[in-house]
Amino acid sequence: MTVAPTAKIRVILPPHLRTLARAGREVTIGIAGQVTVRTVLDALEATYPMLTGTIRDHVTHERRPFLRFFACEEDLSHGSPDTPLPEAVVSGKEPLLILGAIAGG
Amino acid sequence: MVGTRKGAFILSSGGKREKWDVSGPHFAGWEIYHMKGSPANPNRIYASQTSGWFGQVIQRSDDGGKTWIQPGTPPGEPTTGPGGMPKGESNKFVYDTSAETGAPLTTHQWYDGTQHPWEFKRVWHIEPSLTEADTVYAGVEDAAIFRSKDGGKSWQELSGLRGHGTGPKWQPGAGGMCLHTLILDESDPNRIYIAISAAGAFRTDDGGKTWKPINKGLYSQYIPNPTAEVGHCVHHVAMNPKRPNVLFMQKHWDVMRSDDAGDNWKEVSGNLPTDFGFVIDVHAHEPETIYVVPIKSDGEHYVHEGKLRVFRSRTGGNEWEPLTKGLPQNHCYVNVLRDAMAVDSLDKCGIYFGTTGGQVYCSADAGDTWAPIVRDLPAVLSVEVQTLA
Repeated sequence: MTVAPTAKIRVILPPHLRTLARAGREVTIGIAGQVTVRTVLDALEATYPMLTGTIRDHVTHERRPFLRFFACEEDLSHGSPDTPLPEAVVSGKEPLLILGAIAGG
Repeated sequence: MVGTRKGAFILSSGGKREKWDVSGPHFAGWEIYHMKGSPANPNRIYASQTSGWFGQVIQRSDDGGKTWIQPGTPPGEPTTGPGGMPKGESNKFVYDTSAETGAPLTTHQWYDGTQHPWEFKRVWHIEPSLTEADTVYAGVEDAAIFRSKDGGKSWQELSGLRGHGTGPKWQPGAGGMCLHTLILDESDPNRIYIAISAAGAFRTDDGGKTWKPINKGLYSQYIPNPTAEVGHCVHHVAMNPKRPNVLFMQKHWDVMRSDDAGDNWKEVSGNLPTDFGFVIDVHAHEPETIYVVPIKSDGEHYVHEGKLRVFRSRTGGNEWEPLTKGLPQNHCYVNVLRDAMAVDSLDKCGIYFGTTGGQVYCSADAGDTWAPIVRDLPAVLSVEVQTLA
């Protein structure tokens, strides 16, 4: 049996979610298999269940409107959540950033 | 317990209500729409923490507000159990569309008159059960009532309200389509009153399975049919627990009274300078003594004539007196939002309210005199009182 290698994905959380998760600025999530926004969020929510529903909808899994996903200086927010993340994220060289949009005045 | 636009504060005092300790902000930076303690266990407090960015979080304290937890699945544990069934997710409010309850996701009236699907936004009001510390109700936007029986770990909709038939006629008010008032009746555990902006008031007599609109006697000239069964912008309803059939209502305009559990209403605005407002509450020991804070108009959401005045009626309405001692009487332009007034149950009833200017006032003599507890909090969304032995 072949066991898929586990990628260590670095995720940077916005400040309010760090408080909620009782975590630091950056958390590391292990992913076995393809690394996409969806699989990272699945693993993030499994590790920090209190974040479920705060980044994407509980049921539809749509991204919450005022949050954005960035990696390698690219805005990934509007792409498919099943698109593989850049190799630099998979290798741990670059983090996936979850950002709260500047909104509200 | 004070919920504000930017966090929660707990103000504590002895029975004289003169010297106060202030703790907070708890959940700094988040909107705290409401906090309330369990009558069955005073150390149990529930809080609704919400954000336009991150959605809804339910917080629970089991030590009187010293420490808080999110009562769902603990960190590191999978959120699904055997067979993929979800475990407790304390911030998960999903409208009931199950075939068993026969409550498909309906639509409601949108601002432009078209139909719009129900979308969960936040919890406006939390009402712990009078007898079971782990049972708690939540009034939410878009309007619905949810119940948790496991201390806030998981929530189920009482879908008979949303599904009872008039839902397509409900419409959001300026603040959204929120279920903001939720009153339990200690004399009848199957009876619950709720109110929705802008749908009106409703009552269940079977523990939440079925509901009836209780809006007869309301007159709202700003809706197509001023005496319609639903569509009224009820701002708040209050009840003295010892006389549960008598309800008082602050409607958008008009202060109203019902002596038959909401079946019929009559106006008791009387000599108020304006009968627009949000809060209304009842004295803990004198069920005919009620309090409102008149607001200038629906276009100018601040107190009338630049004076912060609580109006008290000792006759159950119609005859009102302004209470001004200790309150600013010039250049004051704050609002008092619908859940931002509360009463304690001490012998000399204490009255409390918070303003959009961040002041929280206390009267330890039923409204005769007032003093600020704090002056510069973020805008106050809600005030609740726990009277501890």
